[in-house]
Parts: sequence; C-alpha cells; structure tokens
Amino acid sequence: MVSKPHGGKLVRRIVAERTRERILSEQGEYPRVQIEHGRAIDIENIAHGVYSPLKGFLTSDDFGSVLNEMRLSNDLPWTIPIVLDVEKPNFDEGDAILLYYENLPIARMHVEEIYTYDKREFSVKVFKTDDSAHPGVARVMNMGDYLIGGEIELLNELPNPFAKYTLRPVETRVLFKELGWRTIVAFQTRNVPHLGHEYVQKAALTFVDGLFINPVLGRKKKGDYKDEVIIKAYEALFRHYYPKDSATLATVRYEMRYAGPREAIHHAIMRKNLGATHFIVGRDHAGVGDYYGPYEAWDLFDNFPDLGITPMFIREAFYCRKCGGMVNAKICPHGEEFHVHISGTKLRKMIMARERPPEYMMRPEVYEVVRSFENPFVE
Amino acid sequence: MGGDETIIKIPKSLYKKIEEKLKDTEFKSVSEYATHLLREALEGMEEEPVFSKEEEEKVKERLRALGYLD
Repeated sequence: MVSKPHGGKLVRRIVAERTRERILSEQGEYPRVQIEHGRAIDIENIAHGVYSPLKGFLTSDDFGSVLNEMRLSNDLPWTIPIVLDVEKPNFDEGDAILLYYENLPIARMHVEEIYTYDKREFSVKVFKTDDSAHPGVARVMNMGDYLIGGEIELLNELPNPFAKYTLRPVETRVLFKELGWRTIVAFQTRNVPHLGHEYVQKAALTFVDGLFINPVLGRKKKGDYKDEVIIKAYEALFRHYYPKDSATLATVRYEMRYAGPREAIHHAIMRKNLGATHFIVGRDHAGVGDYYGPYEAWDLFDNFPDLGITPMFIREAFYCRKCGGMVNAKICPHGEEFHVHISGTKLRKMIMARERPPEYMMRPEVYEVVRSFENPFVE
Repeated sequence: MGGDETIIKIPKSLYKKIEEKLKDTEFKSVSEYATHLLREALEGMEEEPVFSKEEEEKVKERLRALGYLD
C-alpha cells in the first residue's frame, strides 16, 4: 500500500477561509517580511505536506542536526535544511509575522527562534564545497545573516499556470488508491523524455503496480525545456508507449538546490509524502558540474535503512547496436564501439536545428509534440 | 509483579540473545525493551487515516474533473 507520510502524519498547514479573511483584514498589524520565490514554494510544500513532518522552517536544533547528522533532532532522516533567512529581523521571537512574495501575502509565521549560522559550514556540509561557482553555494552566500524558525500557515499560493497538473499529497494518495496501485515508483524529471528515460522507467515499472512521473517545476535557466513542453511530451509518450493505467503524471513545484546525494534523499522523502513506495535514483541525481560522483547518491541511501521509501538504483541507459536495443553497463557485454549514448545536449541541438532525432533516441510522437512548439526552450 | 502487568511468552533462545545485546544500552531489562517496542508498534496500528471519507470524495471529484479518473 502507499507509503505512510514521513514521520507518520501528513502535515496540513492551510488556514480555514474565515481565519484567512481575518488575518488578511489585519495584515497591517503584522511585521511584514519579504521572501524569495523559492521560499514561497517551500511554504507551499510545507503547507500541503510534501515536506512532512515539517510544519515550518527549521529552528536551530533541527538545523544543526540536519547539517551534522542528516536527521532532524528526533532522529527522523532529513538531509536538506529548509530555512528562512532575513537580513535584519524587525520582529522578536514569539511574534507572528506575515511573509510576502512581492505584494502577495503567502503565509503567517509564528517566530519560535531567530538565530545566526555559518554560511561556509552550511555550504560545505550540504553541498560538499564552498566554491561560489556552485549555484547552491552562491545562493547560501547571498542569504541574509539570520535564520528564523517556526511554524507557518498558508494564506495564498503563488499563481500556478500548471495548477491542473499539480496534485497534493492527499490527492496523489486518493489517485493511487483509485487506480488500485499498492506499489508506486516515482520518477523525477526536468526534461522531455528520451529513450534512456523510458528504459529506466519501464525497468522500474516491471516491479511495481504503477509509475508516477513527477516533473519538478521551478525556476528555469536558458536552454531548459518549457514546463508545458515536458508535460505534453509525457502525455504523448503515455498514449503511445505505456499500458493504460500503468503510468500517471503530476507536477511538483520545488527549487532545486543541486546538493547531489543529500538532495536525492530529500527528493525521495518528498515522493514518499506523495504516496510513492519506490523512487528511481539514476546517475548524478540533483548534481551539477563535477561536484559529486556519478553514483555517489546510491551509497548515501545505505545510511538510511529507516527512510521508508525504497530507492531503485538504475544505471544510465544507452543504445547498443550489437544488442539491438536500450541497455546499461551491467547487462551489455559489448565495447564502446557499439554504444550510442543519448546526450541531452545533443538532443537539444537537434531539436533547435529542427532535425528529427533517430528513433533510438527519441520517440517520433514525442518529437512531434516538441516540434509543435515554436520555441520549446526557455529563452 | 504488579497487578497492572501480565506475562508474555517468547522463546528462551530469543530472550537470551536480546539480553546479551541490551548490555550496552539504556534498557535495564528485556521486559523494558519489549515494552518499548510494543508501544511503538501500537502507535503504528493506531494511526489516523490521511484523509476522511468526505475529503476522499471531494478529491475524487477533482481528479475526475482533471481527467485523472474516469
């Protein structure tokens, strides 16, 4: 059956409508704190239970425990610090404050603790580097000097153009129950599917009842696929190449940290909260550049026998001309001269040049969807 | 033994193995350790459901409207 929420209980921190109206009518009475887009997304995930058991941003006990032990202070596995930074607090511990993204009040927060932290220590422990070229390190170094810990209550969500594809943990759990799935493998992606992805997904699907494709929607950089392209491409793939009711797709909004192995654990916990029983961990999950080994995340899962979701470690797939199909290094005995590796960069170049990729790289129906967009990439 | 306790039977071999393992822990006896484990197991059995019947029906309606369910 679907996974229990991490920590045993699905967190829901959404104020009732009457309370919401009262808070908004009194908003002038609260200290106001501006937050970044990524924190507003974190608040959404806390409020809907994607980050269960978190009910808010970490206090110093949990923050220190996550940095040093990769567990909350109650020993529950937790690897990414979910924190809220401010430059200089205009409020005290014990106060209730309102968190705004631009002019939209996102949440009310009960300030339990205001504390300082060491940015270099944060970077080295979480990202295994303090190199400011690492995007996660750069973000930490630009954070405010204080962290505030405490519970939140959601007032408003950021506008979501993909609301009809965004399912919350309670919704995915009902969906999996209605589909009759007791075991579900989740696959995280930020790209349109190619044959390598399809191979990995189907290898995993062989062992479970259902496949849950869970694209991460978040800040994009130039050259990333647009979110609508990813969603439509997967719909085409399901229609033509997956058995009916064997796969489903819903999106999750999330700001990538690029913390490699630690983030792989965090992503697994998020999908556990969404009801998945298994999570595919491939090559260089949540990595960037050369900061992490290609399969370093696999080893870290050994430290969490109590994680509550089963990782499925599947090696990178490639096409072997001798085998005549998609394979991986474990099952193909042939030399590199027979292998064709599917490069995301090469595929992008072909698509940009309006050049049809070979069918062993991308399904034609998927390519037709991508091609139907005048510009499928973020500019 | 106090009036509010009862006896549970386990194999002697299992009892001896656990007793040996507990020497370097904070548990003073096998009984204490077994009580701790059983309390945790009971908690797991008593978990409240993630959603109520009413909420489940509302969610199903939304999923049908979105095309996830027929």
